[in-house]
Order: sequence, then C-alpha cells, then structure tokens
Amino acid sequence: MKPANNARYAAPMVLLHWLMAILIVTAFAVGLKIWSLPLSPLRLKLILGHKSAGIAVLLLLALRVIVRLASHVPPLPAHMSPIEQRLAHLGHLALYVLMLAVPLSGWAMSSAYGIPVVFLGVLHLPEWIASDPTLAEQLRWLHRGLNLLLALTIVGHAFFALKHHFFDHDGMLNRMRLGGSRSMEK
Amino acid sequence: MKPYLAACLLVASAPLLAAPIDSGQSRIDFTLKQMDIPMQGQFKRIGGDVTLDPANAAQGRANLTIQIASISLPTADATAQTKQPAWFNATRFPTAQLITSSIKPLGGNRFQFSGKLTIKGTTRDVSAPFTLSRQGALSVVDGTLPVSRLAYKVGEGEWADTDTVADSVLIKFHIAYPSSK
Repeated sequence: MKPANNARYAAPMVLLHWLMAILIVTAFAVGLKIWSLPLSPLRLKLILGHKSAGIAVLLLLALRVIVRLASHVPPLPAHMSPIEQRLAHLGHLALYVLMLAVPLSGWAMSSAYGIPVVFLGVLHLPEWIASDPTLAEQLRWLHRGLNLLLALTIVGHAFFALKHHFFDHDGMLNRMRLGGSRSMEK
Repeated sequence: MKPYLAACLLVASAPLLAAPIDSGQSRIDFTLKQMDIPMQGQFKRIGGDVTLDPANAAQGRANLTIQIASISLPTADATAQTKQPAWFNATRFPTAQLITSSIKPLGGNRFQFSGKLTIKGTTRDVSAPFTLSRQGALSVVDGTLPVSRLAYKVGEGEWADTDTVADSVLIKFHIAYPSSK
C-alpha cells in the first residue's frame, strides 16, 4: 500500500529542494576554487558562473518559499519529542535564512567592489551598495563566514536525514525522494 | 650669448607659456569590459602641462604624463595584477605619455586633438574630440578616447584573450589647469 500523500512534500518542493541542492553544492565548490586561484582568465570565468549560480539560488528560494507556504508540509515523525521537533524546525529555518544571506552577501560584496552582477550574461542587476573598497573586503569575509555556516548546517541536515532514515527507520528520505513515493521500509 | 639665446626663446614662447596642470583636480578614468561587464578604473597621478587659448586653439598643445603605479581597479588583486609585466609592466614602463601635435576647433567649446599616446613603450597616433570649460580659476578639458589595449600590448599571454577582457578600453580624461587670464 502506498503511504498517504501527506507524508511527502509536494512534488514542486521536492524538485526545488534537489535543484537548489545541486546549485548550492556546485556554487560552493566553485567558490572554494575561486578562493584558491590567483587572478587569471579562468578565475574571472568561474566568478561569472558562481555569481549566476548564486542569483539562481535567490530566485529559486523566492519560488520555494511561495510553494512551501502554499503547499502541504508533511509533519515530522511522531516519535520525535517536542524539543527535537523544535530543533528540526530551527535547523530548517537556519537553512532558509542562510540560503538567502549567502547569495545576498556575495551580491553586496560585488556591489561594494564596484563590479556589477550580470545574471546569465544578460540581466544586469542593480548595485545596491555604493563602491567602497574597505566595506568590500569586510563583505568578502562575511560571505566566507556565512558560507562556512551554511556548509555546516547542510552537513548537519544531511546527517540527521540519514540518521532518521537508517537508524530511526522512519522513512525520512521518502519525504524528499525524487520520482514519487515508495512504500516505507517499516 | 647664452643668456641672450635663453631670453629670445623665452620671448618667443611667451604667448604659449605652458601651464602645469592642477594634478589634484585632474583625473583619468577608464572603462574596460570584462566578459561584457563594464568595470571602472582610474589613474590617480597625472602630471604635465597644457597650453590652450580658446581664441587661438591651433597654437594649443598638451603634454601629459600618467603614473602607471597610480592605477586603481575595483579589487586589490586586479590593481596589483595590472602592474605586472603582462599588463603595464610598471617597473619597466613607469609612465604613459600623451603629446598632442595639433588641436582643431570644432565650434563652440568643442575641439579635436591629434597626438601621440605612448603606453608600455609603444607609441600610436590618437585623436579625440573634447570640450573646454571654465570652472572658476581653472580651465577644464573633458573628453573620451577609445583605445585598443592590444595595440599597446597591455594584457599579454593568457590576458590577450578578448573574451575575458575586451580589446577596447574607453579612457575618460578630465584635465584641469589654471586659466591663462
């Protein structure tokens, strides 16, 4: 028997989750590479792609918040204590806040350097911070710090998702599984 | 004989006495395109002199010296990079120079100069229109001059690729000098 539909996130949420996961991990890896490279044509090309990925994350995040508010969010497993449920919600909130803060800090940093952000080579985004080299350097560190926080939060997120699935056997991964629901293991 | 000669030269050149530019009020900005994204930079230290009487523009001339080490780009990385041998090679070629050979009136406060621009040891003929205006005790020359960076070998090797940094760089000059009268 198929589990009830309300045990899963709505299909658009699942799609957005995995699309953003791929984008975020890629943008993060490219960001690390940019950090390690000296100034070169390759580095400039990577920065261009990295910025577009970050702006794509912002756009998809806006869409995701709308879809989340408009769609069914499956309840957390009943075996979780109220405190555990509260912590899980806080963790998810942290992910959302960081998915907003990380690209915004990157965009702000670029603005402060006086370098426009052009999404996918066509859409010239506004510079919302006046050119200021000192502020730009500070924003660069903020961008790195927020990225470190996001990376740690994502690792925690993945760790708990796997822990639920393989230790608690509560079918946690099924909530976000691509390609429709499968019967739970238990 | 020598003092006499000097006096003669002085008298002969008196109407054309060159005025040193006001370095604090003068600036040279440029816009380059990095993967089609415009980016601003500037040279902060410019010296030289300008002689330009609007009523007698044909006798006008300018000789400007730009200190390459005073370049500024959006990031410290880029600023440091442009002084490297592949770009301006600031150690070997510490200055760029513009010397005009003729100035033609275009009507009103508009003029056109022709001259020679030397960057990184390479000299090319350049010409551009400009405007002349009075701002208090200063005369101010404003104009833009598009140049090909590759013509001066600015950006060699991997940086010669114009998909990364476009060949055409727009130089905006704003030169202030004390008005003659």
